[in-house]
Amino acid sequence: MAQTVAQPTSTTPVVPATLPLKAIAPWAVFFGVLMLVLLYFVGAEQGATSVFSGTDVHEWVHDARHLLGFPCH
Amino acid sequence: MNSATVRNLLVRGMLAGLGAGVLALVVAYVLGEPSVNSAIGFEEAHSHEHEMEVVSRTLQSTAGLATGVLVYGVAFGGIAALAFCFALGRVGRFGPRATALLLSGTALLAVYVVPFLKYPANPPSVGAPDTIGKRTTLYFLMMVLSVLLAVAATQLGKRLALGLGTWWATVVAVAAFVVVIGLAYQFLPVVNEVPKDFPAALLWRFRLSALAVQAVLWGGFGLLFGELAERQLHPAPARASSGHTVPASN
Repeated sequence: MAQTVAQPTSTTPVVPATLPLKAIAPWAVFFGVLMLVLLYFVGAEQGATSVFSGTDVHEWVHDARHLLGFPCH
Repeated sequence: MNSATVRNLLVRGMLAGLGAGVLALVVAYVLGEPSVNSAIGFEEAHSHEHEMEVVSRTLQSTAGLATGVLVYGVAFGGIAALAFCFALGRVGRFGPRATALLLSGTALLAVYVVPFLKYPANPPSVGAPDTIGKRTTLYFLMMVLSVLLAVAATQLGKRLALGLGTWWATVVAVAAFVVVIGLAYQFLPVVNEVPKDFPAALLWRFRLSALAVQAVLWGGFGLLFGELAERQLHPAPARASSGHTVPASN
């Protein structure tokens, strides 16, 4: 799995080396979750569910939520 | 070294997402906002209660819109960069630029277009407030389902390629994706909450502009990130020989 060498396809000029899963996993876990939290705040906070009470977040991103295709209200 | 490569690609992905977000923001403001304002005009003409404004329309349509679109761009840019790290060299004989564009095209379809065809974007005044929970659940469910199925179809295609060759493996994998998505479309509940007299042309214009926002976002991301990734991975004339090391150019 952890190959850093281009796959031996001799006929093609450039096949990029694959990045090992072990190198990707920590970034994927931490930043993947962080990015999903950001998406949640843009897309759903104070709509279907709320972490913070009130409607400030919802009202602030109101237009973006509509135009990005999220159900808004 | 590889961990540093992933980190650099992630940073570039978020920057490319920010750049693509700026382009998408222009489209959202120029094409989308007029429809949003018309829809709000319809809402105000047809409802008797007047809601108190928490955030002014001016702020919502400028700073608020920018916040939402840019955060969305950065977040999906980061996720797409991580997916790119996985896809690079694993989906076929594609270099960084082609992989990035292929990935962002697939993401446009899986993340947006497929859920959109079942649960399209709605302007203000379309949608009953008391069904927001159900609609949000269905929308995110459709999005997650579509993304997972796209990943599964890619894996299926890779396996089949050994026996069927790339062409037919791709055809079969795409067909499998279409069939399963078709079944989901068929069995998931229909949402139709368009008010009776809501102008059809306005709804159409709003939805087209929402689609344009995403097309520009993902198209821009694919091109921008592809270029950044290409420069990071092949700084000199492109060579991927054994012992290919990636300089930490950041």
